[in-house]
Amino acid sequence: MKIFRMLGRSIRDAFKSVFRNFSLSMASITCITITLIIVAVSMVASYNVEHFSKVIQKDVTMVVFLDNDITEDEIKELEVKINKLNNVEKCNFKSKAKSKEEMMAESDVFKGIMQTWEEKDNPLKDSFLIKVKNIEEIKNTANIIRSYEKVDIVNYGEEMVNNLISTFSTIEKIAIVAVVALIVVTVFLIINTIKLTIFSRKREISIMRLVGASNFSIKVPFIVEGMVLGFIGSIIPILIVIYGYTLLFDHFNGVLYSSLIQLVNPQPFVYIVSLFVALVGMLVGMIGSASAVRKYLKV
Amino acid sequence: MDFIQMKNVKKQYKNGVTAIYDLNLTIKKGEFAFIIGGSGSGKSTLIKMLYREEKPTLGEIIVGGVNVAKLRNKKVYKIRRKLGIVFQDYRLLAKSNVYENVAFALEVLGAKKEEIRTKTLKAIELVGLKAKVHNYPDELSGGEQQRVAIARAIVNEPKLLICDEPTGNLDPERSMEIVKVLDNIHKTCGTTIIMATHDRDIVNKMKKRVLVLKDGRLVKDYEKGTYHNEDI
Repeated sequence: MKIFRMLGRSIRDAFKSVFRNFSLSMASITCITITLIIVAVSMVASYNVEHFSKVIQKDVTMVVFLDNDITEDEIKELEVKINKLNNVEKCNFKSKAKSKEEMMAESDVFKGIMQTWEEKDNPLKDSFLIKVKNIEEIKNTANIIRSYEKVDIVNYGEEMVNNLISTFSTIEKIAIVAVVALIVVTVFLIINTIKLTIFSRKREISIMRLVGASNFSIKVPFIVEGMVLGFIGSIIPILIVIYGYTLLFDHFNGVLYSSLIQLVNPQPFVYIVSLFVALVGMLVGMIGSASAVRKYLKV
Repeated sequence: MDFIQMKNVKKQYKNGVTAIYDLNLTIKKGEFAFIIGGSGSGKSTLIKMLYREEKPTLGEIIVGGVNVAKLRNKKVYKIRRKLGIVFQDYRLLAKSNVYENVAFALEVLGAKKEEIRTKTLKAIELVGLKAKVHNYPDELSGGEQQRVAIARAIVNEPKLLICDEPTGNLDPERSMEIVKVLDNIHKTCGTTIIMATHDRDIVNKMKKRVLVLKDGRLVKDYEKGTYHNEDI
């Protein structure tokens, strides 16, 4: 219980100290806030990217059109070969007759034209519809299939999928670099803030030592102060995540551009991100204050 | 029973200056002793070694059964809890009132609120500042500020009270008041008190044990000494 009393005292003192050194505290808090906004946004973005890549993965179908002169045996042989590929999850054969039926069902114009076609007149091609396991590997898989004999065209919306993947992975990399750089700056700012607090409370510290406060109980308030700075700095990012993301989600009805890109449902997603953001803020604050205490508080 | 034992204590600072040479001294539990001596006589070094602000270069210093000479930095707080320390410059927190200054000593040790309240008010009463509980240090006279410092030193009911020239900044009248407060604590609580001072009048009037230091050596030790003709 003693430890809780001392912790309570530390938290009270930490808040007091934040307001006593207001300008420097504000500098640290602002820096933490900016860092955490970026952390939060990149977290929301990367989680969403992951989410809709999964959706795309489920949806993207590679269509392998076969040569017109392919025999049934060759089709079976090819199917076995394709199924053996590591990245292939499912491979379904669709005959040209089936394609014709489907197209006729889709539109009356097609129906008018196509119903006159006999089996041997059918200009459509037999095809395989393939689902892949890993979408990032789809290009390689397509190239392998393309190299097989009797394969005419391999199609999978190449451009769009590739562009999406590379754009998001670039954004993710930039965000990581920015976050790391900002965290370093923030830690230095916190070190300075806590250093100032330590200097401004020198007398208090010397009295604490005289009356027999343990090193632990002298140091803890400063560590707590760093965590409080981190926590205060995480408030705005948390509000942005909770309200901003929910608004965004509602505004776009949960999808971006096309129904392919589905956003993650805000609940409980925003709360998980908020918790993480608060923890990161407090951790960064703690690292900064702990190193300031180690450097400047000789007990 | 000896509360403080110093055996063959020598203190040499890093710059080569020797402040204390081969000092042997015992102080009994419940004793009131003055340490007198001129500037550079080693008074402050002796006092600092008692509360383990300084470590002796050689020898043993046993305070309340603990050899403080061998105490590691991490464990210093354990001995400090058994001591009360009063300085010439009071060392009060300017932004805290009398009550908060005294209570601070218990708060940082994690005492319970009720215990803090009872002990703090008792200590403030003992030094005669009951009427000024809510005043801030800058609203108090030097003598009153020193009494707050004394209250803070005794609030944790220490066995030993160490005073390093507590009357150094005060006029003779206020100085006498402070010593009377200390004497009162000595009598009512049985606290062992060691006080370093320059002040002849106080030593002469109090008729307590007097230890005379000169050039880092204990040169005289009077049972109920006076300070008239000491060549220090």
